[in-house]
Amino acid sequence: MWNVLGKSGKFTVLGIWLAFTVFPIYWMGLTSIKPKREVNDLYYFPKSNATLDSYRVLFKDYAFGVFLRNSLVVSLLASFIVICLGILGAYALARYEFAGKSQVMLAFLATQMIPGLIALAPLYLLMQKLSLLNSLSGLILCYVGGQVPFSTMMLRGFIQRIPPELDEAALIDGCNRFTALFRVVAPVALPGIAATFIFSFVQCWNELFLAMILIDSEGNKTFPVAMRSFIGGYWIEWGSLSAAVMIGIVPTVVIFGLMSKFMISGLSAGIVKG
Amino acid sequence: MDLMSATMQGTTRKRPASTSRMLKALAFLAPAAVMILIFVFYPVLRTVQLGFQNFNLFDQLNVGYNGLQNFRNLINDPNFDRVLKNTFIWVFVSLFFQFTIGFGLALLMKKKFKFIGIYQGLIFIPWALSGFLMGLVWKWIFDESFGVLNDALLKLGLIDSRIPWLSNGNWGMAAVIIANVWYGVTFFVIMILAALQGVPTEMLEAAELDGANRFQTLFQVIIPYIRATLILIVLLRIMWITNFPDLIFGMTQGGPAGRTHIISSWLIEKLTLDADWGAASALGLMTMGILFIFTIFYLMATRLEKESGV
Repeated sequence: MWNVLGKSGKFTVLGIWLAFTVFPIYWMGLTSIKPKREVNDLYYFPKSNATLDSYRVLFKDYAFGVFLRNSLVVSLLASFIVICLGILGAYALARYEFAGKSQVMLAFLATQMIPGLIALAPLYLLMQKLSLLNSLSGLILCYVGGQVPFSTMMLRGFIQRIPPELDEAALIDGCNRFTALFRVVAPVALPGIAATFIFSFVQCWNELFLAMILIDSEGNKTFPVAMRSFIGGYWIEWGSLSAAVMIGIVPTVVIFGLMSKFMISGLSAGIVKG
Repeated sequence: MDLMSATMQGTTRKRPASTSRMLKALAFLAPAAVMILIFVFYPVLRTVQLGFQNFNLFDQLNVGYNGLQNFRNLINDPNFDRVLKNTFIWVFVSLFFQFTIGFGLALLMKKKFKFIGIYQGLIFIPWALSGFLMGLVWKWIFDESFGVLNDALLKLGLIDSRIPWLSNGNWGMAAVIIANVWYGVTFFVIMILAALQGVPTEMLEAAELDGANRFQTLFQVIIPYIRATLILIVLLRIMWITNFPDLIFGMTQGGPAGRTHIISSWLIEKLTLDADWGAASALGLMTMGILFIFTIFYLMATRLEKESGV
């Protein structure tokens, strides 16, 4: 109905945007499989001498296996804890009325207005006091704290869509509130829980600044921190760098790509991006 | 903020709040609340304290309150004016293009077409990516000598000599903003598309019956209907873009010579390179103050506009 451009015009515009969106990733991918001495050669399609050497270097000469493992551990554990805390909080906010509830909700929403950057220095000093500097557990704790508000609000939205009669039936069948939540409500809310988990995972996976400040030993670096030291010098070796970038972005692209429909509805329901 | 109050009201059926129910609710809420207090609200208070202290990370024995010294130093810093100006340009130019392109794409995607699911999945991609890593990707694309952009522009005959994208302050700002538009359009497509799908078809049919053309329908029916959503997502996005140094950090690190610094990337530099945490905290407080005042004016302005019926 809304279509000044006509059908072909519409698809041309959509096509141009798609090309613009995908091109940077395509270009990085192409650079990463060019042989080392051709990295600076500007040809636009893969040739038959394409190679995975740039990727091999990362795992042979650098410890990218370790960095990836650290990122995976931190992101998975943090998101898992976020979901556990988030479900509990979301259940309270979705199912109970209590004095001060609207103030609590406001506090949750207000966290979205606070720039995360201002927490960097205080969190360093806090971790210093707790002797958790340069440790993955310290990083996990901070990520959990940062992700909990948004995830709780997002989960609350999903739990609210489930009729309360369901938990009441479970209570009559002998569950208490806690078991009702985990045996009856959580399974029904599973798609929402998965969307929230993925969202939180991706946020942790991509986080750079906090990890950069808290972590300084080679063995504890997460992937983005390792990338930062990788480009440290004046000279950048774009072959292996592009391979590393590809490794860093492919997991999130695949997860989001596969789950896009799901994530879009979940996120637009949650209104805010954290 | 209509949407926020709407979210807050949509709670379950009301019941008399008994003490035991309340305790149960609090028990469920406590773990999340404790984490938020420690890791979100406590840092804000600590930042307020640091902002008024002389605090260098490598000189932690020599910490003390210094009044407004950090703020004075920042304002007297020769970079300060440019950083503010850059932040303003970065936020509003990025926002303008993200919003208009996002709105346009959402209108085109309103009517379902074949493969729309795959299409959405693909243009959704930037959202999932690390701003820092994408900054590196764009740095490579904008590279003066070996970058694909200069090469393509030369081959198409659009330029005669290579553009010094990242070694010149003005071109550098253009480059980081182009990358930011690439990064942020998705957000608007998703949010506006969701809002558009909430416009009742009867309203559009009625407008058509009344002989409204497409632009009249857009400006007199659709936009007024989704106005509250638009106001909220624009505000959230302004805050978010202001505090998004990741792309710049990957592309230029604020360079050349601080020419592409925005307030948040400058904060990162104060924090890491200078280890001057008093200055960094003062800068963070300034950002929050500016955003707070801006928000008040923004909400007042958008409300006034509504009352005068424009």
